[in-house]
Amino acid sequence: MAGAKEIRTQIKSIQNTRKITKAMEMVAASKMRRAKERMEFARPYAEKIKSVATHMAQAHSEYKHPYLIDRDIKRVGYIVVSSDRGLCGGLNINVFRRALKDMSEWNDKGVGVDVAIIGSKGLAFFKRFNANIISEATHLGDAPQLEEIVGAIKVMMNRYMDGNIDRLFVSSNEFINTMTQSPQSVQLIPAENIADEERQHHWDYIYEPDAKQVVDETMNRYIESLVYKAVAENSACEQSARMVAMKAATDNAGDLIGDLELIYNKARQTAITQELSEIVAGAAAV
Amino acid sequence: MATIKVEIVSAEENIWSGRGTMVFAPGIMGELGIAPRHTPLITQLKPGDVRVQTEDGNEEFFFISGGILEIQPDIVTVLSDTAIRAKDLDEAKAIEAQKRAEDAMKDQGSEMDYARAKAELIQIAAQLRSIEKIKELRRR
Repeated sequence: MAGAKEIRTQIKSIQNTRKITKAMEMVAASKMRRAKERMEFARPYAEKIKSVATHMAQAHSEYKHPYLIDRDIKRVGYIVVSSDRGLCGGLNINVFRRALKDMSEWNDKGVGVDVAIIGSKGLAFFKRFNANIISEATHLGDAPQLEEIVGAIKVMMNRYMDGNIDRLFVSSNEFINTMTQSPQSVQLIPAENIADEERQHHWDYIYEPDAKQVVDETMNRYIESLVYKAVAENSACEQSARMVAMKAATDNAGDLIGDLELIYNKARQTAITQELSEIVAGAAAV
Repeated sequence: MATIKVEIVSAEENIWSGRGTMVFAPGIMGELGIAPRHTPLITQLKPGDVRVQTEDGNEEFFFISGGILEIQPDIVTVLSDTAIRAKDLDEAKAIEAQKRAEDAMKDQGSEMDYARAKAELIQIAAQLRSIEKIKELRRR
């Protein structure tokens, strides 16, 4: 019975693979719940600081923060958010494709691009294409902390303040629901969305110690919170994408096992039939 | 008794929210005591304790490692930092992040290779598409 043994070994090995993918699916499902929570937790701060920054942008006239000023574009910066680990379907590839499309558009216009990378997958990808990576933050784990990414963001903000870049974007996945994530690029600096909003009130704060320091710090925190939000969101996307990918892998393994079992049974039956007919033929000959 | 809404949030979590009769916070220019209908004020915070006197006469304590305090007549918002954030500390982190990137980019050319990146992405996309096709065929 040719191949029956080989088929059995193959079925065994696929069964083992299925066990692993099943386990990974469940791990991702439970991590996703926590990652989604973290994404929700980041929201109140982001909203609060946005409203403060918006108010400052409208209220204060004698000091206009550089993040609110639109400059001629000579060079742009991109913060690309990716995951540290793979096996999460097309999640990272989609972001890279989106970011790359934007970047090559800038490139065609003769505008240079600086890149800050969050996540090892992004680093590995952009490194291969000689992107101008000026800062990175990798190995953030399942619970990314703001502290670990401030360095990478700070480099970009410094470059803006020094006039090396004139615009800053962040590319990451947007969490739509468990099944859907979509890549997006959001402009961080100049912070158009807060400068353009309608002016609603006519009072101003008392600033301590002085307006410039408080406005500077608030604007920096605002940008950081946006990037942190993108990272937390991307982490939720990563877990849900992994869950879906592993579910598909588990299903595929099941299909494969079904097909192989069919082949195995056929081979077994053929072998038995053959043996029987040999015995019968042998008996008839005697 | 008059009360004021208090919200204490950090980038990573919602720490506390509720109403208080009086709030104390470590402002950078000195300790602040905030009663309801305080004039709008915004200040940086030093690392220290934020205390809230709640309506039932209890006191809530929160340690914060700096941040921003925003006061409006009917609401006090503490935008707390998640870690101690001194300026030179941030600078050190930035330099570190930059150095790591430089190390990773060692012995590489300087021009970004858009053509090659695109080609590889197209290849990956094609692979994904063919996997989808195979799946469809199998289903029939």
